Amino acid sequence: MKRTVPLAIAAVTGFVLIVSYFIPYTQSWGEEAMIWFDILAAVAFVLGGGNLLKTHLQKISNRRAGWGFSIVTVSAFLITLYIGFSKMGVNPAEKFPEFSWSGDYLTESGGFGWIYHHIYLPLAATMFSLLAFYIASAAFRAFRAKNTEALILLGTAFVVLFGRTHAGIYVSQPVVDWLTAISGAEAGSLAGLRLDRITSTITSIFVLAGNRAITIGIALGIVSLSLKVLLGIDRSYLGSEE
Amino acid sequence: MTDRVSFRVPLLAITIALAGLAPQPARAEAEPDAKAAQQTTAPQPPADVTAIDRPDDAGDGIIVKWTLSKDDVKEVTEGKTRKVVRYEILRRESQEDKFTLAGEATFQKSSFVDPQCDRTMSYLYQIVAVEHEDSKSLAVQSAVAITPILQYWDTRRTWFLVILVLICGAVILFIQLAKSGMSLKVRKIAGLEAVEEAVGRATEMGRSCLFIPGILDINDMQTVAGITVLSRVAGLAAEYDATLEVPTSRSLVMTTARETVQAAYLGAGRPDAYNEDNIYYLTDEQFGYVAGVTGTMVRDKPAACFYMGAFFAESLILAETGNSIGAIQIAGTAMPSQLPFFVAACDYTLIGEEFFAASAYLSGEAHQLASLKGQDVGKVIGGGLIIVGCLVASAASLLGGDDTLAHSIVSFLTDNVLGDKGFLP
Repeated sequence: MKRTVPLAIAAVTGFVLIVSYFIPYTQSWGEEAMIWFDILAAVAFVLGGGNLLKTHLQKISNRRAGWGFSIVTVSAFLITLYIGFSKMGVNPAEKFPEFSWSGDYLTESGGFGWIYHHIYLPLAATMFSLLAFYIASAAFRAFRAKNTEALILLGTAFVVLFGRTHAGIYVSQPVVDWLTAISGAEAGSLAGLRLDRITSTITSIFVLAGNRAITIGIALGIVSLSLKVLLGIDRSYLGSEE
Repeated sequence: MTDRVSFRVPLLAITIALAGLAPQPARAEAEPDAKAAQQTTAPQPPADVTAIDRPDDAGDGIIVKWTLSKDDVKEVTEGKTRKVVRYEILRRESQEDKFTLAGEATFQKSSFVDPQCDRTMSYLYQIVAVEHEDSKSLAVQSAVAITPILQYWDTRRTWFLVILVLICGAVILFIQLAKSGMSLKVRKIAGLEAVEEAVGRATEMGRSCLFIPGILDINDMQTVAGITVLSRVAGLAAEYDATLEVPTSRSLVMTTARETVQAAYLGAGRPDAYNEDNIYYLTDEQFGYVAGVTGTMVRDKPAACFYMGAFFAESLILAETGNSIGAIQIAGTAMPSQLPFFVAACDYTLIGEEFFAASAYLSGEAHQLASLKGQDVGKVIGGGLIIVGCLVASAASLLGGDDTLAHSIVSFLTDNVLGDKGFLP
């Protein structure tokens, strides 16, 4: 029973979504199914918030490694929650000027908006900026010319990276001009050898072809797994019957 | 007295009437002048307004078409402003008197889709070419009222359904064949073979395993695929008595993961070793989640890291942090843009379809493995269409012209099977 009911819900919802894709009359059914999921996810957020508090309070209570960070997490969570719910600092809406809490809680003048714009966004941007350093370190490892394949990868990466800069055009244009002059070819006929053009050929033909092959494989994988989930052949995500 | 009053009243009335009438001829003259002036400055109206039912919809759309105003030119000469800036599309239900604004279209647009119609009503449309609020053309009306029609089948998606039925049919057929005892051979997937090695290594080192099920919710197929892999990893962790930690970025994924891991521990005969506190929620926010997970990695130094699900910009931050702590790393995702990052930073990467095959592969059950054979049929269909398409397109290009058989086949394939009206609507 514990697995049958969720399986039935998943199967019915899945088939409704498939049918709504092909039959215009049932389009709204699919939209409604997704709204139900959104409601479910919103309610489940309470579970997540509760779990966050429980995990970190336990950590603080047991003085486990890094419990100081847990104090910061719990404090930040509760303060943000309070400011968000109380709409602290929010200007009233034009329609209801007598109610101080009637304005949008996300406005920058409000406490929640201020936290979002002046604390959350800079912190997120800091984390995101780490990516630049990690790309450099990962590229350093990936482009080591250990064998023929790695050498081809390195060469291609060099052409693509260099071809995307102005320097790529600046350096390769004289070479193309020189080749045109010595071969006696028509002016402009060898322009395809310029680094930016080679980059364009690599990305729009070779990379695109590989990407499409991966995408076709992904689409087939999704069809197969979805079918197994809908038909109840793969139930490993449902937990046990007990 | 009475006589005088009675005489004065009509006199006053006549005087007032004359006074009131006196300026009127002047105004009456002025109005045609203003109208004429407006007509000379206002844009020319559009023509041939027609309204048709939008095909393949639930009876809620009407397409309105018109011929552009003569003043709506493609290129405006330098120094001049555009005479027609936009078109206003006005609509009225057939039993109503007044037209109301249904939408607007920019210059050089000769059609508009009205998506908010009721299939029990009939509608009439008017189009007005607009230069600015005080300079509008005369309204041109559609000849007949149109009623939107409910279609029971979206014909644009017929080919998509045909291909879907073929692939699903092949999957089901191979599952049935496997159940009846047909032997199957599936190639080895190095990344999945390494799962046992990774969990075993973590056990030997006395360190934990970290499983990241992506950052999307459970309604995404990649998350479901990740959870199915988690089931097998948890089974191995239970068997080897290794600690498995699963930080999630969605509450529903946390609950699902808990159920799955608990079932796996139960299946391995170790229900007592299951600790639900090891599967916890961090935050929905992408980089907040990354900060939390990388913090755990640096502090706890897990020996094995699994990244199975949907990832975005955080993929490389996670994988490089894992690499820096010396963990054995196995990743699987269907996000093509993140695959290079995982390939560069992880020991093994499940690319696209391998990731979705993981559950069947790790289960080792014949009927699950058979679904992979069904996928192969899909590849054969896809490959066949690509080869036919390339050959016919090359032939059409070599033969030239627009009316050759090869050209017709290419048009049919691109428009009906693959294009806007087919596989990729």
